[in-house]
Amino acid sequence: MAFDIVLVLLVIGVAVWTIAARDTFAAVIGFVALGLLLTLVWVRLAAPDVALTESALGSGLTGGLLLGASARLACSEATASDEEPGAILQLIAAVLCALMSAGLVALVLLLPQPAPTLAPQAVANIAATGLGNPVTAVLMAYRAIDTLLEVVVLLLALVGIWSLAPDRVWGGLPGPRRHADPNGLLTFIAQLLVPIGILVGIYIFWVGSVAPGGEFQGATILAAMWVLASMAGLVDAPSVSGRRLRLMLAVGPAVFFAIGLTGFATAGAFLAYPEAHAKALILTIEVPLTLSIAATLALLVAGPPERASGR
Amino acid sequence: MADFLLAAACFVLAMVALGLVRILRGPGDADRIMAAQLLGTGGIAALLLLSEAMDLRAAADVALILALLAAFVSVAFVKGVTRRETGEP
Amino acid sequence: MSLAFNLLTVLAIVAGALFFLAGTVGLLRFPDPLSRLHALTKADNLGLGFIVVGLLLHGEGLLAASKLICVWLLTLLAGATVTQLIAHAARPSGAQE
Repeated sequence: MAFDIVLVLLVIGVAVWTIAARDTFAAVIGFVALGLLLTLVWVRLAAPDVALTESALGSGLTGGLLLGASARLACSEATASDEEPGAILQLIAAVLCALMSAGLVALVLLLPQPAPTLAPQAVANIAATGLGNPVTAVLMAYRAIDTLLEVVVLLLALVGIWSLAPDRVWGGLPGPRRHADPNGLLTFIAQLLVPIGILVGIYIFWVGSVAPGGEFQGATILAAMWVLASMAGLVDAPSVSGRRLRLMLAVGPAVFFAIGLTGFATAGAFLAYPEAHAKALILTIEVPLTLSIAATLALLVAGPPERASGR
Repeated sequence: MADFLLAAACFVLAMVALGLVRILRGPGDADRIMAAQLLGTGGIAALLLLSEAMDLRAAADVALILALLAAFVSVAFVKGVTRRETGEP
Repeated sequence: MSLAFNLLTVLAIVAGALFFLAGTVGLLRFPDPLSRLHALTKADNLGLGFIVVGLLLHGEGLLAASKLICVWLLTLLAGATVTQLIAHAARPSGAQE
């Protein structure tokens, strides 16, 4: 009980501090700290899959993304922080936020006890999918359409970021050129951590069929390891107009969609799996999907093209 | 035993909360990065203790990911600090 | 026998928590960034190490034990190298290598 109280107070305190921080960099650190605390909250609520996703995606990778954004905005930060919104705008914002909080509180307090849930049916039927983890069963079997649409949304976000490139570097390479210092500390860190990280990423993806884990979390770790290697200058970003890169990005959703279409013939509906081959089909979807998601997330953090490709 | 482990996790979390004061005050960005690093290690310790106290095996996996991502985020922060100081875009 | 193990677990975890306390107090009270880093790594190595030892004694099988040790080794590795990076960034500007 005391643990939960300390945790809740910490979460509120860090959230308030993140909003009140004057400096974007400090706010990003606060955001990452908040993500870590939320990971603890999810574990406390016995939801390890969500905790894995929060720590990998919500805290780690999004922290890297925000850091890149704050670095790009650094030159205009002084002028931006001098602007103060008018009193009326602040009042409207405060009222809307208060209304939303009140709505959430009412929802939580007025929920019927026990709360309606489909979890028992979901767990009862996973034998048909051949999986051992009910969360993965929900993501890849019961609500596979949601997962497919999520991946498509990620791709669209990437296209949106690529479209921010100025005309002269259209279709070029994201990010500045970083030179690796062969005896440097950063090179050492990257050379040690990246192989371990790749191993852990593959493990988390593989274990997702029977224990908390799955392709999103594994792909996030792989993406973070690529970004680490690129920060150390050990790998250079590929040109965004490269065919191999675009193939890697598209293969995941394409295979997912294709298997979904075959569901019409084999089991009567889009993204339906015939019972005997469910696990094999899910695995066939998951492997290229992990690759695509990892590439998409890594490129999202890398940002829009900044250098012309040397063709 | 589970209660003791939970109490230990609570203590570690309280220590981390104290360390957050350094994020608040921190005269330099390096202090803030350090406090984030302490948060990461404290979080890992709390997660390992929780995994035993709540009998939740998967919390150890979360601790594993956290160790990796904490290193990644710290490197990104340090890169961000040096970027700002040298004025690179 | 299990009582002895339980006692050892409690002792080890208390030791780990004390090192976390030491690390945090050091982080708050030491005068300059480099000495604060020194205090920070105590929490990393010894604090987490003692907690891992305590949980190992509580024993839940080989896979869980090796996972605990892996987490500790990874934290050690990441902590040692990243604190070097932070120290490099924290040294007063204009100082020589």
